[in-house]
Amino acid sequence: MTDQLHEPQLALHVEDLTVSYDGKPALWDIDIDVPPGVMAAIVGPNGAGKSTFIKSVLGLVKPTAGHVTIFGRPYGTQRRKVGYVPQRSSVDWDFPTTALDVVTMGLYGRLGWLRRPGRAERETALRALEQVKMQDFATRQISQLSGGQQQRVFLARALVQDADIYFLDEPMAGVDATTERAVVAILHRLREEGKTLIVVHHDLQTVKSYFDWMVILNVRPIAQGRVSEVYTADNLRRAYGGQIALIEREAFGADAANAAGSGEHG
Amino acid sequence: MLDLLSDYTIQTVAMGAALLGVSSGVLGCFAVLRRQSLLGDTLSHAALPGVCLGFLVAGTRDLGSILAGALVTGAAAALVVLALTRLSRLKTDAALGVALSVSFALGVVLLTYIQGTGNASQGGLNSFLFGQAAAILRSDLWIMGGIAAASLALVAALWKEFKLVSFDPGFATSLGLPVVVIEITMTVMVALAVVIGLQMVGVVLMTAMIVAPAVAARQWTRRLGSMVVLSAVFGTVAGVAGATLSATARGLSTGPLIVLAISAIVFVSLLLSPERGLLWEMARRWRDRRSLRGRQVLTTLHAMAAEHGDRSYPAELGSLDTYHGTDTRRVLARLEQRGLVRPVTHAPETTPHWELTPSGHVEARRLAADIEGHQ
Ligand SMILES: Nc1ncnc2c1ncn2[C@@H]1O[C@H](COP(=O)(O)OP(=O)(O)OP(=O)(O)O)[C@@H](O)[C@H]1O
Ligand SMILES: [Mg+2]
Repeated sequence: MTDQLHEPQLALHVEDLTVSYDGKPALWDIDIDVPPGVMAAIVGPNGAGKSTFIKSVLGLVKPTAGHVTIFGRPYGTQRRKVGYVPQRSSVDWDFPTTALDVVTMGLYGRLGWLRRPGRAERETALRALEQVKMQDFATRQISQLSGGQQQRVFLARALVQDADIYFLDEPMAGVDATTERAVVAILHRLREEGKTLIVVHHDLQTVKSYFDWMVILNVRPIAQGRVSEVYTADNLRRAYGGQIALIEREAFGADAANAAGSGEHG
Repeated sequence: MLDLLSDYTIQTVAMGAALLGVSSGVLGCFAVLRRQSLLGDTLSHAALPGVCLGFLVAGTRDLGSILAGALVTGAAAALVVLALTRLSRLKTDAALGVALSVSFALGVVLLTYIQGTGNASQGGLNSFLFGQAAAILRSDLWIMGGIAAASLALVAALWKEFKLVSFDPGFATSLGLPVVVIEITMTVMVALAVVIGLQMVGVVLMTAMIVAPAVAARQWTRRLGSMVVLSAVFGTVAGVAGATLSATARGLSTGPLIVLAISAIVFVSLLLSPERGLLWEMARRWRDRRSLRGRQVLTTLHAMAAEHGDRSYPAELGSLDTYHGTDTRRVLARLEQRGLVRPVTHAPETTPHWELTPSGHVEARRLAADIEGHQ
């Protein structure tokens, strides 16, 4: 092989990435590095380009400039190592199919052209549904699932991809506390298995307890690194600007309450 | 009837209609699921200039060149739509509308030009507007059958890719599928279905053959596979019924008859299908309302009994009616059947009174606990 590894020690390496829609930049000259084995939160206000970031890494939107490598190689050659959970609202849940069938779609990449999913694929998909505690809904029409259940089906579809690095777009949006705990438990287990997780997350209150790595984004990268170093009022103020009064109450008010409750100081 | 079926023309017509029904039924499913119903409309109207160009080039009413022309202009219209949405700020529906009207206008101009030239064989071209089953020849069936077989084989071979790209194109892209190529393939196949139906249904109504069988089939099934099969069946039934009618009853045009037949199937499906049908929906709502009413009356009786500290407190029907703002007599009768309430008299009043039975009290307490559990 003559190919040169570019930053192979990084799970995700993004350099000079610029993406624009209709000439308006959604991401501007982004450099982001994520080491392997961390669970990284991508936070930022609405319209900050978080979804765009994931989509451009995965090749769903074409960047105007820059390049991306995953474990040192371009995305195109690393697809088998990447799992993806799109925003739940990005598909039509009235599509005539079952939960099991959706999960099986995670195996289509590995199956290749012309081959149909058989019994082995079915077994794999069922096991993934079990992991997200959805085995009883395997044959359920997807339109008859609740939002949280749909989210777990999407997660199961990513699990069967058996990837090394996962990209998840708001996997905790619109799910209740129980489902959120279940999702986080699965993500933590994946991290313990050494996988890298990159998660768009909208709830600043829980960033500190769920994640160990963090990227703050608002068209430009504001800050990135260990949560303990990056999660500061100053950084959040720079990302969220005008909404800061609200953000501070959300992000630090709850912290203060936690600290008072448990006697911890973070 | 047997006589009818052995008639050579009618056999030809029925086979053509069946080919049309199968192919447009199958290919229409993907268009409908991808919310591209309007695409079928644009492609079929865009076929008209192609029909005319094919005729002008061949100089006769040769089906092969006419269909080839239709396919070319249909594909060109699809490309124009793609370019308009990518390069301008037009939304897809607007771009489809523009392409539809421009190409249909172009087609009508060409058609009138051909008629003006007085070419003897132009007589048949009009039939491409609304379809004319009787004009179909045995040799045409081979062309139609070949196109249908090719597109169905493609659907079978690329089944899982078509399904994934229709459901979640973003995820398909992340897996490395050539999503744009697959989307173009699906669009071209809709154009093929249009081409098959041109002679039978005509460009104006062809879109109904793409959309209607899929919409009807969607009502009855939960899986893509059965939806596609059912859609093919519906398309075939409507096609054969309409085409046979028009071939027997002289003077009735084929396209409109076929479209009326498939519309009837759609109507029945929207109305009667389980779970998604209108009647089903109404019945479910009615049942919900009925059981809600029953629970409300039980809870009220329970509360009144508690308030008066009397487990067999007789509540007057009139006060129950007033409290619920509706006639509760039938609700009470149903509750009585379930053994939850019983009618009592309460002298000296002569009006009907009701009280909870012991099991009624149990049920009311269970309901109250349920509601608290949800809060
Ligand atoms: N397909 C598109 N066409 C045009 N503009 C787009 C498109 N997708 C996103 N944008 C714009 O790009 C910017 C970034 O969008 P993006 O969806 O990446 O934000 P986000 O951070 O994910 O926001 P949210 O928190 O609301 O999900 C926004 O201003 C948005 O309006
Ligand atoms: Mg987003």
